[in-house]
Amino acid sequence: MVKQSTIEKDIYLPRLAAVKQADLLNETELYLQLAMDGEQLDYVPGQFVEVSLAGVGEAPITISSSPTQKGYFELVVRKVGNVTNAIHKLKTGNKIGIRGPFGKGVYPVEESKGRGIVFICGGIGLVPQRSFINYVLDNRDDYGDVTILLGTKCQSQRFLTDELQSWSKRSDVQFLETVDQGDDCWKGNVGVVTTLIPKIESKLKSAVVTICGPPIMYKFVLMALQEYNLQHEDIYLNLERKMKCGVGKCGHCQINHVYACMDGPVFRYSDLAAMPEAI
Amino acid sequence: MNVKKISKSAFTSFVDELISKQKVIGAQAKGDRFEFEQLESANQLRLDYDVTLRPPNRKYFLPPVETLLTYEVGGSYQSVSDSTEFILLGIHPYDLEALNQMDLIFEQDNCDSHYMKRRNNATIIACDVVTPSRDVFAASMGTATVKSGFDVLLTDIGDSYLMESGSPKGDKLLAKAKGTADATAEDLEKRQKVWNENQNRLNKHKLNCDYSYLHKLLERAYSHPVWEEKAKTCFSCGSCNQVCPTCYCFNVQDDVNWDFVKGKRQRAWDGCLLDGFTKVAGEHEFRKKRADRFRHRLYRKGKYVPEKISSKIPACVGCGRCVHACLPDIANPVNVYNRLFDDLGLR
Ligand SMILES: Cc1cc2nc3c(=O)[nH]c(=O)nc-3n(C[C@H](O)[C@H](O)[C@H](O)COP(=O)(O)OP(=O)(O)OC[C@H]3O[C@@H](n4cnc5c(N)ncnc54)[C@H](O)[C@@H]3O)c2cc1C
Ligand code: SF4
Ligand code: SF4
Ligand code: FES
Repeated sequence: MVKQSTIEKDIYLPRLAAVKQADLLNETELYLQLAMDGEQLDYVPGQFVEVSLAGVGEAPITISSSPTQKGYFELVVRKVGNVTNAIHKLKTGNKIGIRGPFGKGVYPVEESKGRGIVFICGGIGLVPQRSFINYVLDNRDDYGDVTILLGTKCQSQRFLTDELQSWSKRSDVQFLETVDQGDDCWKGNVGVVTTLIPKIESKLKSAVVTICGPPIMYKFVLMALQEYNLQHEDIYLNLERKMKCGVGKCGHCQINHVYACMDGPVFRYSDLAAMPEAI
Repeated sequence: MNVKKISKSAFTSFVDELISKQKVIGAQAKGDRFEFEQLESANQLRLDYDVTLRPPNRKYFLPPVETLLTYEVGGSYQSVSDSTEFILLGIHPYDLEALNQMDLIFEQDNCDSHYMKRRNNATIIACDVVTPSRDVFAASMGTATVKSGFDVLLTDIGDSYLMESGSPKGDKLLAKAKGTADATAEDLEKRQKVWNENQNRLNKHKLNCDYSYLHKLLERAYSHPVWEEKAKTCFSCGSCNQVCPTCYCFNVQDDVNWDFVKGKRQRAWDGCLLDGFTKVAGEHEFRKKRADRFRHRLYRKGKYVPEKISSKIPACVGCGRCVHACLPDIANPVNVYNRLFDDLGLR
């Protein structure tokens, strides 16, 4: 029936990677620098891996580093349950399993060359976007204006703050940040991420927009973008779903007829007309 | 076309011969119902069964619980696969069509080696239906008879069976049977009669439109009130998923030994009707409403899966198991599809 060579390959078998660095960024976020054993992980911004901890299970996690970064890749993992708690216990030198990279719906790395890009990130949504952001910054001349909007619940939940500061210092990047709830030590914007959108009105003209954040955020951001008459083909959404296999079989990630693990996780807004379950 | 005739007594000897050489799984009585289990003797085989409790295609190719990997905690992973050869004897046309569809799904895009190894190790002896079940509607779904996917197809024509080979494996198997003769024109006519009759008999719930129209009908049915109406009494028990030959969603879980050193990763049947199927961190659930899950199942059967594998036959093969399994009596796909067809008609 099927060629023996395709049968020999087990799509559920993780390869090993070594933890090169593990830093806790705040109470809930852990930064991991990983290197595959004896190979290079080839990926594009937007793809994810299944991180496997023997005895605990697997979790889909987006690759947060840019592929321009060679020799290792980075993940940032929020502690929410079984697997992610176990990931938080990892130390330098530990071995973990990796499957992937997965996902054919990725960030428009090629399509947006020569154009301005607006990245809209909510909370942990910064992590997947960061891969594309750093890719663009490493190939800065290939792209137009770069605008990054980031909204976080409160100050204590901010992470990768050194990197955020370096972006805010660059003259070729416009970086705007807000927190939902301000406090005495927070000097910046207060309010949800959509409150930043009117401030970048001029940048939205003919830009590519990418959005990633908690499920609730998408509707509000899209609503706020409505008055700027963007082409729906130019808006990209990174959609999280429950995933068990990552390879289009288990059915958990299905959004109407599409599979977030295979066809996504990044989708064009124009594709969402056929996917009423998307947001 | 290689079609042989064999008397029922010679067939029984043939099955005993097969059982003595390898694993043979066949339909057997289980109380007043039926189930596929390994045969110890040809006497246990009941080719006159109406429908089995669990669909054999899923039970034997995507078992309820299956080990994918073993590992040592902190060490490496080993792939586990099942290389036992076996014969699946007596699968009905509708369940075979479900198997044909699963073959495409598990081979497509990323070939699932666990499924495929088992599949390649199997010999499929299908059997035309002798006793229609209470709720079968295979004829409405184009699966009352089947033309491909079997190695051998059996048809009961009274005092004997016709055995048609559908593959080189089937040719080899037929060559081993003692007491066979080439089927005559008259025998083939008898078989045709069985097929024609089954087109009428296997239709306890009649679909009012052609099955190939369902995916188009569903294009216009997304906001129809039927989803809310039916799902009002749904228990979210997932029974309709559990018994269905074309449901294949699964969960993956780790199971560690008591020593916390070695363990295995397993997959197990899951169901899209169950609450929590789409739940992610932060208590966010994408199909939280019962009506959304109820609709999703019938869209998978009528539209999503057939379109994914370019199948004209829907991913409801009309076995009728869910009709029987659903306590509030809402799962019957025909009732839903007919309601939609009545309201929306052809376009
Ligand atoms: C494409 C993709 C990329 C992601 N990228 C990141 C990332 O870069 N960083 C990050 O911290 N998180 C990311 N996530 C979310 C992360 O996968 C989940 O938080 C994680 O799987 C939860 O597993 P757990 O075992 O720790 O939680 P569990 O103990 O299993 O459960 C905690 C909660 O998480 C839900 N959950 C369980 N499994 C999954 C799953 N496979 N997917 C989503 N939710 C699940 C449960 O239903 C429950 O509500 C991503 C998810 C997807 C689909
Ligand atoms: S939906 Fe019901 S009738 Fe159709 S194949 Fe599944 S169990 Fe059988
Ligand atoms: S069997 Fe009936 S009650 Fe149970 S989940 Fe299916 S439709 Fe709902
Ligand atoms: S994660 Fe299993 S189908 Fe997408």
